[in-house]
Amino acid sequence: MSSPGPILEARGLVKKYGQVVALNGADFELYPGEILAIIGDNGAGKSTLIKALSGALQPDEGEIELNGEPVHFRSPRDARRAGIETVYQDLAVAPALDIAANVFLGRETRLRGLLGDGFRLLDKRGMRREAARHFAELRIGVQSIGQPVENLSGGQRQGVAVARAAAWARRLVIMDEPTAALGVKETRQVLDLILRVREGGLPVILISHDMPHVFELADRIHIMRLGRRVAVVTPKTHTMPEAVAIMTGATPSELDRALTKDEG
Amino acid sequence: MQFVRRVIAAPTVGPFIALVLTMAFFTLKTDRFFQAQNISLVLQQVMVVGVLAIGQTLVILTAGIDLSVGTVMALGQVIMTKLAVMNGVPAVPALLLGILTCVGFGILHGGLVTGVRLPPCIVTLGTLNIAFALTHIVSNDLTFTGLPTVETFFGRTFTIGGTDFTYGVVLMFVLYGLTWYGLNQTAWGRHVYAVGDNREAARLTGININRVLISVYTLAGLTYGLAGWLLVGRTQVGDPNAGQTTENLDSITAVVLGGTSLFGGRGTVIGTLIGALIVGVFRNGLTLIGVQVIYQYLVTGILVILAVSIDQLTHRRRA
Repeated sequence: MSSPGPILEARGLVKKYGQVVALNGADFELYPGEILAIIGDNGAGKSTLIKALSGALQPDEGEIELNGEPVHFRSPRDARRAGIETVYQDLAVAPALDIAANVFLGRETRLRGLLGDGFRLLDKRGMRREAARHFAELRIGVQSIGQPVENLSGGQRQGVAVARAAAWARRLVIMDEPTAALGVKETRQVLDLILRVREGGLPVILISHDMPHVFELADRIHIMRLGRRVAVVTPKTHTMPEAVAIMTGATPSELDRALTKDEG
Repeated sequence: MQFVRRVIAAPTVGPFIALVLTMAFFTLKTDRFFQAQNISLVLQQVMVVGVLAIGQTLVILTAGIDLSVGTVMALGQVIMTKLAVMNGVPAVPALLLGILTCVGFGILHGGLVTGVRLPPCIVTLGTLNIAFALTHIVSNDLTFTGLPTVETFFGRTFTIGGTDFTYGVVLMFVLYGLTWYGLNQTAWGRHVYAVGDNREAARLTGININRVLISVYTLAGLTYGLAGWLLVGRTQVGDPNAGQTTENLDSITAVVLGGTSLFGGRGTVIGTLIGALIVGVFRNGLTLIGVQVIYQYLVTGILVILAVSIDQLTHRRRA
């Protein structure tokens, strides 16, 4: 049995802002069913890479393939349409709306027939049922799916964002520092949630600064430095200090060695 | 029990209690207040501000504000009556042109707020003056009388149990019903709330923010045009001095008393109806017990600041 190819792949991504080179030929692969963490120092190109993969910006050079098919995302909407959902760190929910309304925000379903098509009537009951099902699948405990999101804790609010992403993502979920705005206990809840998203079969790209969390969750760790992927390690083959050393350039990675050879 | 809890938690309960208390106060103060004919009069007095406040509610739900409501309505009303009386335009096209003028102002507001990214208060402060000037320029400060019956239709009455009601009041309730439907039963309504509640989150979920905002300002313009039609029905003339004193603040007062937050994203149009009724009851009751008009301004000013303060304090607690 041949191993499956990557679900999302990028080759030689370049993005320049004037003189500043944010991405300098970055490669990327995400395989089915895995949690891939992306780590790197500030300015290493993590967020530029993520923005390119989620359609928030267009790379100057390089290719992106989804399931082996070349894709060109001109907006986050394009990426969403292709089945890629993103969870942001800053709790992108509408606090006054209830949980079900947030899960379906921008994708509301209407009733069938004349009531829906003619009178544009929302299928509120159907949306609540669906939202409740997603919450049950991810084992997110809330009193009522009909309560406003502002009544929830920060962790539960991020749970709403994760549930929304998991509900709509057909290919993969990108989590951009999903716990950065949360306390210790709430972070724990969201980390468990990320594991459950993977259990549900969706691969996850996780951007995080928190090494212990990265090493706990990730199947593979993609290390960015100076706008490139300098190494991919796993929590089994490398220790945390080793990964940090590669990230900061203290330990030359294979790529670093190759570069030095070129220049010498 | 669940039902009782939901009723208590409903956002319109506070305003409703305030309305009942206000009515109880004036009922105790004067025998003339709580009579069918007087209540019908309150409704007639409320209908113009009530309809203006529908547009104001939509705008405020998106975290905007419209300071031009009264003068835009005045301009629409002057145009529809002048065209019919002075320019020989048939009644229906004249009426439609008046309403379309208000819709045009709505589109202009929406375009400037989304396209040039100007703050709504500045945009509408500008159009407040533009519409004010145009009203006087177009009308030449004349009052138009002898209007076609289409334009005065909403002043007509029908009788239920010996009490007269105007068709204008019926239109007001119908418009509230339609707006409630749009806000609560359609995806558009959810998007209006989301845009006012957390614009960035709304954008990230793929909602077209600009389209929502333009639709809101355009519909608001339509309500000002319809309010102008109601005003003509009530006064039976086209008056260049109408709509320029209390209407602006009263429409905002109605929205705020009705429990809608000036920060956007929270509120109900039914609350606004109750808020408009509170304003109407206050004005009517104070007149009945012989309080001079100037004190009514005083009371309205205090009311609106009080209501906004409550909003601010609860908002801070939530944040």
